[in-house]
Amino acid sequence: MFVRGELEKIEVKVLNGKRLSREDGEILFGCNELSWLGSLADYVRKKICGNLVYYNVNCHVNLTNICRARCKFCAFGRGAEDKGSYAMTIDDAIKLVEEANRDPHLSGLHIVSGLHPTWSFENYLAFVEVLHEKFPQLHIKGFTGVEIQHFANISGLSVEEILIRLKEEGLEAIAGGGAEILTDRVRNLLCPKKCSADQWLNVARTAHKLGIKTNASMLYGHIETFAERVEHLIRLRSLQDETGGFQTFICFPFLPKNTALEKEIKQTSMWDDLKTMAISRLMLDNFQNIKAYWVMLTVPVAQVALSFGANDIDGTIHRENILHDAGATSPRSLSEDEIIRIIREAGRVPAAVDCNFRRIIK
Amino acid sequence: MNVLEIAKEKISSGGRLNFDEILALYEDNDLLYLAESARRVKESKTGKKIFYTVNRHINLTNVCKANCPLCAYQCRSGSNRAFTLELEDVEEVVRGQRSGVREIHIVSSLHPEKNFSYYLDAVKLVKKILPHVGINAFTPVEIVNFAQISGKSFSEVLSELIQAGVTSLAGGGAEILSERVRKIICPKKCSAAEWLEVMRTAHKLGLRTNASMMYGHIETIEERIEHLLKLRDLQDETGGFMAMMLFPFHPENTELGKKFNLRRVGSWEDLKMLALSRLVLDNFAHFKAFRIMLTLPIAQLALSFGADDLDGTIGEEKIIHAAGAKSSSIITREALEKIISEAGFQPVERDSFYREMF
Repeated sequence: MFVRGELEKIEVKVLNGKRLSREDGEILFGCNELSWLGSLADYVRKKICGNLVYYNVNCHVNLTNICRARCKFCAFGRGAEDKGSYAMTIDDAIKLVEEANRDPHLSGLHIVSGLHPTWSFENYLAFVEVLHEKFPQLHIKGFTGVEIQHFANISGLSVEEILIRLKEEGLEAIAGGGAEILTDRVRNLLCPKKCSADQWLNVARTAHKLGIKTNASMLYGHIETFAERVEHLIRLRSLQDETGGFQTFICFPFLPKNTALEKEIKQTSMWDDLKTMAISRLMLDNFQNIKAYWVMLTVPVAQVALSFGANDIDGTIHRENILHDAGATSPRSLSEDEIIRIIREAGRVPAAVDCNFRRIIK
Repeated sequence: MNVLEIAKEKISSGGRLNFDEILALYEDNDLLYLAESARRVKESKTGKKIFYTVNRHINLTNVCKANCPLCAYQCRSGSNRAFTLELEDVEEVVRGQRSGVREIHIVSSLHPEKNFSYYLDAVKLVKKILPHVGINAFTPVEIVNFAQISGKSFSEVLSELIQAGVTSLAGGGAEILSERVRKIICPKKCSAAEWLEVMRTAHKLGLRTNASMMYGHIETIEERIEHLLKLRDLQDETGGFMAMMLFPFHPENTELGKKFNLRRVGSWEDLKMLALSRLVLDNFAHFKAFRIMLTLPIAQLALSFGADDLDGTIGEEKIIHAAGAKSSSIITREALEKIISEAGFQPVERDSFYREMF
């Protein structure tokens, strides 16, 4: 291609299937060769996962927005007495899913919620149990590493025991959120009440050992440095080397609106978003899938991201809450037809999957 | 070598693409190859510079006798949306401009009753108040209308407009330069031949113009390519085009959108058409990323797909917003410069003729 010097060396490494180092990652974040980065990531994407783009027909279930962690980057969490706070009953959850289930293609639930200060682990567990019982055909992905660690803390059970019980009740995969930036400097500043970087990784490791697949993410564009983004990616890559249990990696650009950081931090540009997407694809050479999460990126950027390394565009969602509290301008849901159209226009092949990336044949 | 390989070979050696090669590149759908190639063409022409200007759009009226199915802006007189600026309204708008404005851009509908002198007077007024500001005004569609209502030739109409103060012609109204398409999307508008003839005449009179294409409705890919080739041929002949603009069709609130159940094409198509057009129109110096159409984030990305001009800090855009555009009308100089620098380019303020302002 058209680059020289350090970038050319990186290009040669990628084309020869060699692993990129920490230094390489930092050089890439420092460069502005966007279409070159995209082409390189696209090359890797083709090699690893071909032309399919995965999506799922799903429904997000956010059980409560009452949360004791109250991280600075979050516009969703609230105190129990705050305006707009809610906590679903089991009937509320059933009603929501029944509504979404009018779509005969609905195949999965995505359950993530606040760390409710008075709910027990059993309260959370009951939702999984009932939803699985009532909708046995729906695949349930739920709870981030943060929630799992919280359940361990409040129940006195080990992370392993928590995961086993959730699995017994029907949970099939763990959600990828809550990783934020996996360095303690950033976490102490932004989300001191949330689990530590090591704890988050430990939940993933434990799940993988139990045969439960999980996902990973990175929330960027706040106070982290480029070096910390690279550190984050390398920590995920190392664990993936060890266990192979991560399925997809999701880049979350930070949306500042209505958060404690609103005044200090401006939203990332699409330039940064696509760059980060491409670099993630290049660094995470042992991840099968990279997700362009259209809710945060917006639909136009998510579509373009398909040529910057992404092969997964998330799902129909039914009704997104968390990021719309933070001023997301994308719609709250997409129809399956719309997702298929977005993928096809990009010259790729849409493939509906469940939460463990098994193809759903209609 | 197959057609695609020949096309790529030509791109790397700077050769000119023919119809079949352009079609092969379109069908190959390799977005980032097109991006990288288009950006190299851009950099060979204008280096790392990205232009912007401080301008103001004035739409004199939305009352229109053409009533094109593609348009959400126009209406008939008597509609509750109808407006027509009188000269004192124009004066107020123009006097309200802060210093630093480089260009006044005037495009309007084809008012069924206003005569040519109304438009001439509007230009004269702008010229009187802002004598040193560029006046980029009227598309060929309007020029053809002026010729019809005044009984004058294109050349006479254009000469009078130049006298009055018009410094360049707007590039709109080209839509797709094919009679088949125009019959459906804008049957009462000037023909493709007339559009090109107005541009040819303007260029001969020393009046520079822009050019455009509106895609993403009922046209075929072949018709898009023919459109680009017509522009390239005329540019070879006259050299009078300054910048090319691509307009994705916004179907909301349009008859055409309803009739054919059209949806706005995706950002993929927008960026692909931008890069491909840059490669085809090898004799055009500038490509605008019209952020009103594309939204600001995609316009920023367009800088990596061959665009070199982010247009202006436009005040109050009405035409595209009538068709559901969601982008904000106004942007500050600082914000524009920031998104350009962030993309690794150098922001350069320009006047109406791409002269650099310091």
